[in-house]
Amino acid sequence: MTVAQLIKSFTLWEFIQAHWLTLKYFFKPKATINYPYEKNPLSPRFRGEHALRRYPNGEERCIACKLCEAICPAQAITIEAEPREDGSRRTTRYDIDMTKCIYCGFCQEACPVDAIVEGPNLDYSTETREELLYDKAKLLANGDKWERAIAANLEADAPYR
Amino acid sequence: MIQLLAFYLFAFLVIASGAMTILARNPVHSVLWLILAFFNAAGLMVIVGAEFIAMLLVIVYVGAVAVLFLFVVMMLDIDFAELRAGFIRNFPLGIAIALVLLAELIFGIGAYKAGGLELGTPDGAAAPLLGESNIESIGAMLYGRYLFLFETAGIILLVAMVGAIVLTHRGARAPRGQQNIGKQIARRPEEAVVNTKPEVGQGVQL
Amino acid sequence: MTQFFQSLGMTYEWAWFVATIAGILLIALPLMLAVAMIIYVDRKIWAAMALRRGPNVVGPFGLLQSFADGLKVFLQETIIPAAANKGIFLIAPIITFTVALMAWAVIPFNAGAVLADINVGLLYILAISSLGVYGVVMSGWASNSKYPFFSAMRAAAQMISYEVSIGFILICVVLWAGTFNLNGIIEAQRGHGLGLVNGFAFNLLLFPMWVVFLISSLAETARAPFDLTEAESELVAGYQTEYSSMSFALFWLGEYANVLLMCALNAILFFGGWLPPLDWEPLYLIPGWIWFFAKIFLFFFIFSWVKATVPRFRYDQLMRLGWKVFLPLSLVFVVLVSGWLMFTRYGVPA
Repeated sequence: MTVAQLIKSFTLWEFIQAHWLTLKYFFKPKATINYPYEKNPLSPRFRGEHALRRYPNGEERCIACKLCEAICPAQAITIEAEPREDGSRRTTRYDIDMTKCIYCGFCQEACPVDAIVEGPNLDYSTETREELLYDKAKLLANGDKWERAIAANLEADAPYR
Repeated sequence: MIQLLAFYLFAFLVIASGAMTILARNPVHSVLWLILAFFNAAGLMVIVGAEFIAMLLVIVYVGAVAVLFLFVVMMLDIDFAELRAGFIRNFPLGIAIALVLLAELIFGIGAYKAGGLELGTPDGAAAPLLGESNIESIGAMLYGRYLFLFETAGIILLVAMVGAIVLTHRGARAPRGQQNIGKQIARRPEEAVVNTKPEVGQGVQL
Repeated sequence: MTQFFQSLGMTYEWAWFVATIAGILLIALPLMLAVAMIIYVDRKIWAAMALRRGPNVVGPFGLLQSFADGLKVFLQETIIPAAANKGIFLIAPIITFTVALMAWAVIPFNAGAVLADINVGLLYILAISSLGVYGVVMSGWASNSKYPFFSAMRAAAQMISYEVSIGFILICVVLWAGTFNLNGIIEAQRGHGLGLVNGFAFNLLLFPMWVVFLISSLAETARAPFDLTEAESELVAGYQTEYSSMSFALFWLGEYANVLLMCALNAILFFGGWLPPLDWEPLYLIPGWIWFFAKIFLFFFIFSWVKATVPRFRYDQLMRLGWKVFLPLSLVFVVLVSGWLMFTRYGVPA
C-alpha cells in the first residue's frame, strides 16, 4: 500500500467521490414517469387484459368455434356452447382463468371473427384470487368498455396482418 | 411513598427473576431471566443514588457480558432428557452448596443485627463524599487513592486477554492461509485487469 | 410542567406523576408521527438518487404512504410459526420498540426541554442502546428458523463490536465537555470553534471522531452499508423473516426510531444540538428546537444518502473495520484528547 493510497483511504476520498456523484443524481430530472397519472404509449400489438367484442349492432361476435380454447397453451379458456332460440351457435359459458393466462395472444390470432382480443388495459390487479377468474359477462363488459381503443389498435395493426 | 413502591417493585423483580433463572428448564430462558435480574438490580442502584454504577451495570453486564452468555447458550444443542439425567447424582452436592449459602446468609444477618462493620476509611470513619456527583467521587477514588490497584487490575485483564489470544490464534497455520482485507481493498483495477487485443487464432497470453 | 399541574390543585407527588406521563406522551406520540414521515422521506431520497419518483399516490406527493402501509399491516393476521418459542417470539418486537423509545427520555429538545435531566445522560443512552440488541437476538432465536438465527448471531457480534468504539468516542466528547449531562455537553459547544461556530465537529481533534461516530452509528443501527443483519440477498429478511403484521411493524418503527436517535446524538454531541450553527446573536431568535430538528433532518439525509450510495460490506470487512481500524483509532484519540486537555486546560502536573 503506497502512501497515496493510505491518505486516500483515511480521508475517505472514494466515498466522498461516490457521494458527490449520487448528490448530483439527486437533483437530476427523474427518469421514470409519474406512473398512475402518466402512462407510456403502448404498441397497437400490446397484449393486455382480455375482452370479448360485439358487432356495432350489439350482437356478440363469438360463434363458439372453440379455436381459442383449443390453441390456448395454458388451457386457461373454458367454453360451453348451445344453439340459441334463433338457431345461431353461441357460447353459454366463456371463462378465462387470468391466473393461468400467459398473455401469448394465440387466442386472438386464432379467432376467425376478432371476438376475443387482448386489449390495452394493463393495470387490473384485484384484491382476491376469485376476481381473476373472468366469466363471459366480465369479458363482454371489458369489450364494451375498451371497444374504441381496441378497434383503433386493430385498425392500426391491420396493414401488417 | 414512591421510593418505597419502586424499591419493593425492583426488589421483588430481582428475587423473582433470580428464582426463575435457576428454575427455568430452558437455558436461554435462564439467561433472559438473569438479564431481567441485572436490569432490576440497576434499578435498585438508581434508588440508592448510585446512578453511575447502575448505568455501568447495564452497559457492562446487560449490554456485553449477558449478550455473550446468550450467544453461547443459544448455540447449545439442548437435550432436555440429558439435562434432567444428572439430577440425582448432583443432588448431595447441590444440597451442600445450598447449606453453605444458608449459613452465610444467617451469619450475614446476624452480623448486621450486631451492628454493621465500619468500612470505608482505615480509621473507621465513614467514606467521605469526594465530589458532587458519584461519577466524580468514583473517579477521584479510582484514579487517586486506589490508582495502583486500579492499574494492577488493568494489567491483569490485559495479560488475560493476551493469553486468550495467544492460546487461540492460529496465525499463518490456518488451513487456507489468511485473507488480508487491507490488501484486498487496496487492489486497483490496473493490477487486476489487462486489456489485450490478440491476433485471431493467437489466444491471450496470461 | 409539574408547577402547572400543582397550580391545578394537585399535591406535588400527583402533579409530578401527571407531568411525567404527559411528558412521555408529548415525546412518544410526535416521535411515532416523525418515524412515519421519516420512512416516507427515506424512500423519496433513495428514489431520487436512483432517478425514480418514490411513493406518489397516497395523499399529496404520497405523503400519507406510511400511514397506508401502517393500516395495511395493522389489518393483517399475526402469524406465529408452529415451532417458534411463542412468548419470546412476541416479546422481542415489543422490546425493540420500547427500547427505541426509552432513550428519548434524556434527549434535550431545547434549553431545559428534556424529560429527565439526569447527570449520566450519555451513559443512559449507551446503556439503552446496548439493550437494543436483545430484541434482535431474541427474535432470531425464538423464530426457530435458520436465517433469523444467523441474523441474530451477526447482530449480536456487530452491535457489541461497534459499541466499544462508540464508547471511546463518547469518552473524547465527555472529556472535552467535562460532563455526562447532554444539556451540559451542548452548552460546552457554545462558540467552540474560534468563538464563531457552535459544535465539537469544528475542532481538529474531534472532527475525525465525528466521522468515526457517524460510521459507527450506521453500524449500530444496522443501516446500509452495514445492514448485514437483514441482508436480503443472503438471509431473506434476517431476524424479521418469520414476523408479520403488527409485530413486524414494531420492528420497523423501532428501527427507524433508533435511526432518528442516532441522528439526534450526532447533532447533540458534535453539532451543538439546539444551538444555532453560528454563535451570532440574530440566529438565537429562531427557537432552539427548530435548529435541533433541522440538524436531525440533515443527519437523516446523510443516512439515506449513504444507503443510496454504497454497497453492503462483507461480514469480515465489517469486523475488521470495527476492531482493527476504529478501535485503535478511537483509543489513540482518547490519549490525544486527554493529553491536549492536560496541557491546555488543567496544566501539566509537576
